[in-house]
Amino acid sequence: MDGLGRGDRHPGRFFIATQAAERGIQVRMFSFELLLDAVVLGLLVGCFYAAVSIGLSVSFGLLDVPHVAHPAFLVLASYGAYILNQNGVDPIIAGLMLMPLFFVFGLFAYRLYYETFERRGGDAGVRGIAFFFGVAFVIEVVIILVFGVDQRSVHALYIGKSIDVGDMRIPLRLLVAFGVALTLTAALALYLARTFTGRAIRAVAQDELALRLMGANPIAIKQWAFGIATAVLGPAGALLIIVAPVDPTLDRAYIGRTFCVVVMAGLGSMSGTLIAGIILGVVESIVLTLYGASWAPAISFAMLLAVLAVRPQGLMGR
Amino acid sequence: MQQAERGWIFWTAAALFVGAAAFATLAIKNEYPFFAGYLILQFMVLATAWNILGGYAGYVNFGTSAFFGLGVYTAVFLFKATGAPLLVQIAAAAAVGALLGFLVGLLTLRMRGIFFSIATIALTIIIETFIINWKFVGGATGMPMIRPPATAPFDSYIKMLFVNGAVMVVIAVALARFIQGSWIGRGLRALRDDELAAACSGVPTLKLKLLACVISGALMCAAGAPNAMYLSFADPASAFNLNYSVSALAMSLIGGTSHWIGPVLGALLLGSTQQLLTVTISSEVNVLVLGLMLILFVVGAPEGLLGLFRRMRARFSGDAGGRA
Amino acid sequence: MKRRSILAALGLLLAAPLCTSTAIAQQPIKIGMSMPATGGLAAGGKSSLIGIEIWRDDINAKGGLLGRKVELVVYDDKSSAAESPAIYAKLVDIDKVDLLFAPYASVQTAPILPFVKERGLVLIGNFSFQVNAKVQHDMWFNNAPWGPPDSWAASFIDIGTKAGAKSIAILAADQEFAQNVAKTTKAVASARSIPIVYEQNYPPNTVEFSAMIRALKAAKPDMVFVASYPPDSVGILRAVNEIGVGDNVKIFGGGMVGLQFASNLESMGALLNGVINYNSWLPEPSMFFDGTKEFFAKYAPRATEAKVDPLGYYLAPFGYAMGQMVEAAVNATKGFDQKAIAKYLRENEHKTIVGPIAFSPDGERKVSATLQAQYRGVVDKNLEQFKTAGKQVILFPENVKTGEVIVPFEKARK
Repeated sequence: MDGLGRGDRHPGRFFIATQAAERGIQVRMFSFELLLDAVVLGLLVGCFYAAVSIGLSVSFGLLDVPHVAHPAFLVLASYGAYILNQNGVDPIIAGLMLMPLFFVFGLFAYRLYYETFERRGGDAGVRGIAFFFGVAFVIEVVIILVFGVDQRSVHALYIGKSIDVGDMRIPLRLLVAFGVALTLTAALALYLARTFTGRAIRAVAQDELALRLMGANPIAIKQWAFGIATAVLGPAGALLIIVAPVDPTLDRAYIGRTFCVVVMAGLGSMSGTLIAGIILGVVESIVLTLYGASWAPAISFAMLLAVLAVRPQGLMGR
Repeated sequence: MQQAERGWIFWTAAALFVGAAAFATLAIKNEYPFFAGYLILQFMVLATAWNILGGYAGYVNFGTSAFFGLGVYTAVFLFKATGAPLLVQIAAAAAVGALLGFLVGLLTLRMRGIFFSIATIALTIIIETFIINWKFVGGATGMPMIRPPATAPFDSYIKMLFVNGAVMVVIAVALARFIQGSWIGRGLRALRDDELAAACSGVPTLKLKLLACVISGALMCAAGAPNAMYLSFADPASAFNLNYSVSALAMSLIGGTSHWIGPVLGALLLGSTQQLLTVTISSEVNVLVLGLMLILFVVGAPEGLLGLFRRMRARFSGDAGGRA
Repeated sequence: MKRRSILAALGLLLAAPLCTSTAIAQQPIKIGMSMPATGGLAAGGKSSLIGIEIWRDDINAKGGLLGRKVELVVYDDKSSAAESPAIYAKLVDIDKVDLLFAPYASVQTAPILPFVKERGLVLIGNFSFQVNAKVQHDMWFNNAPWGPPDSWAASFIDIGTKAGAKSIAILAADQEFAQNVAKTTKAVASARSIPIVYEQNYPPNTVEFSAMIRALKAAKPDMVFVASYPPDSVGILRAVNEIGVGDNVKIFGGGMVGLQFASNLESMGALLNGVINYNSWLPEPSMFFDGTKEFFAKYAPRATEAKVDPLGYYLAPFGYAMGQMVEAAVNATKGFDQKAIAKYLRENEHKTIVGPIAFSPDGERKVSATLQAQYRGVVDKNLEQFKTAGKQVILFPENVKTGEVIVPFEKARK
């Protein structure tokens, strides 16, 4: 395939296209412009993946909670944003408004988890996973009973519009995703590095016993951290419903993606989550443009396996 | 002596089980119990297989759907390409499953527990993507299949599948029982408790893990093969449904992971409940029940039904400090 | 207190034989089916079921079928193929229903066809696509607007070529229904020597379509045929509005499932304008038949209360039509002999609230009634507008056409 520039109708293309169509081969256009577009769009989508995974980076990455209900909480936040949006609130603002509510929810959830599992010791692992699956299913059903099974979307000024950057057209809502992801990552990274509680959280992730010996209460710190991880889902959930419509069973599609990003990032690394999300988004985008979207999931997850096999602690893990 | 006695009891029970299944096919005219019963038997095999790796060794496999779906498509491929009979399809699926289990075991050697689980999620998606893109077995379009007539002495295909399922349960349980009672089981339990310590004490952890992966994988794949004929239809979304992964895990946990009978009980309880709900209340309540059962059991009965039985037995035999 | 309840129980026990003897004489007619109430297809399934229930209530109000009350036996198949065999075995062997309806959608229907063929039972399909192609059951009647498999794609491509389109791009979900439709589109395109300049299948759960639309635009197609499922349909339209598909595109759409549902119509609003999409029923003057208006008057309040699609244009009226056809067949054959009912359904044209329906030997409709309609003048956040004519102008078939196509696509979007 010759690299074709935009704007000229190459006569040879017609011939190649019919031949390929007859043989049932997918016709793929290659041009550097397309590739650049794919990379840029992939970067923005990757930021979206990072934003929806970053809460998990804290709850699973730092606190070792096998939080498979994270996507279910995310979808719950989306519906929260939906309700507020029906009353005229911009989705991002709605997401911010949900943060305090979800923070308290997180505190409570962790308390429940701790009392049930970590306190009693033993192999909390499998049972913890099963517990969170149970929670995820219950949340799904509650959403169905309250909202029905139809898809829901939000309205905002930036949905459906795009801006022209040079030769490229970039959807505004992806730029919003980009902005939110960067803000969340930066905020969390700064919090964990600079504030007292933030550093206490990182300390408890590294060595709980040592922290206890130093007189701090690790359980309270972990509870606080889980609260933050859940609060972050407020804006992330709003982002989810901005980018695409949501339905009650959407959480099942995101379990794989979010864990993939968090594990590839290296447990507990905020900047790693952003990078891993971006890599995932870009790779998916390029594969889609060059080889066909059908292979994109295989490539993304094969990448995860490769990272795990070669560097089990993740890209930026300790 | 006790071991030999228990073996005798086990095999008699197994023979009775299969005999009862065969007798049911003669005695019951309605086909519904066989359609529903087949699913319960299928889940018994899946849960038992899962438990070999998940319960005995402590490696939580989220990729049950991957193996199951692969079993379905091995059967589809063989049937389309050669018209192979059911038993050949199952045997081939077991072989494929064993191979995949071996590869997965090798690949995840260095991974800590939870990373293994995530790797299995990745595996499911990768395999599903390959199947979606494989036109010969139908790809995303799905592949309808016409069942051949049932082989004698069965007069209907579903009855044949049902008895076949019962035999598969016996095979799976026999394998699990063998592993549990042998040095393999002891080694797996050691590495579940503390892998490093076990390795240092001379337990061949690598070989044991691989063995568990291979056997578990073979059984899960084999459980998937008859499903293609059960539905007379295969499509990737159904074959690789996350539901299989969650159910295998849930059933083992609910039944109890320390003994081979746990998954069987769990599959019986959860499977029957689900089938019953499907034809009674039949709505989103099904999912709610699954969720609530999971939560209640992991919170209230950490060792599943078996743990509950033990506790009850301890209480009744007046054992104040019984193992609970 | 205890004595009273024992007496009450005894009383009921004694009365029971009385009830059963009269009950036997008036045993209800049972129509059995599974319907997705949970899972991805639930939105459609619930709407379809309400349509069938309205028919049941109507006919019971008229005194029932053959003087007997009609009862629906419905189970949730969770939008999954795995549940169907057991459910239909129960319906036939234990519930002993008199007639079977298939569930909404192809995936759950495919496993039951061999079963009903083996048992020699009539099965009325519900919006499946080409499920009987391999099994060839001779008592299958698919209640859906599409007829011969190629007719759907052909109708779209015809509109395009008449407007001067010379090439086509195909975007399809990696999913059973979408792939089947896309296959027919490819077949029609090659048969007419129309080059396919871009072809893309995308995996389920794809969230972002910007890159794909970008690549599609670069291929400069004249027509774009999209076979997508509800979540993707919305994502694709958004990307199209943001990135644009290029000025060459004459027509866009064709096989996007999900754009028929009220919640998406409302949330998409003006983004829909210009798209030509398939539909089964629209509130255009040519689509009102005997009883149609009354049906929708009954549907709206029930759907709103059940939190289901309040418009219900896509599936619900066809659910009612299923009932009407069965009513006609049973009244004509005065019983439930499956062969007689099949013969009646095959040989007659049936008058329903969605128009006349006739079946060809393979069980699909003789003549395609799949509408291709173009969205015009749709505004945001207004569900009521869709109840009026003129928002979705029907371009095909000829006998119900209500307007001419506006091309090119970019022009029609304004």
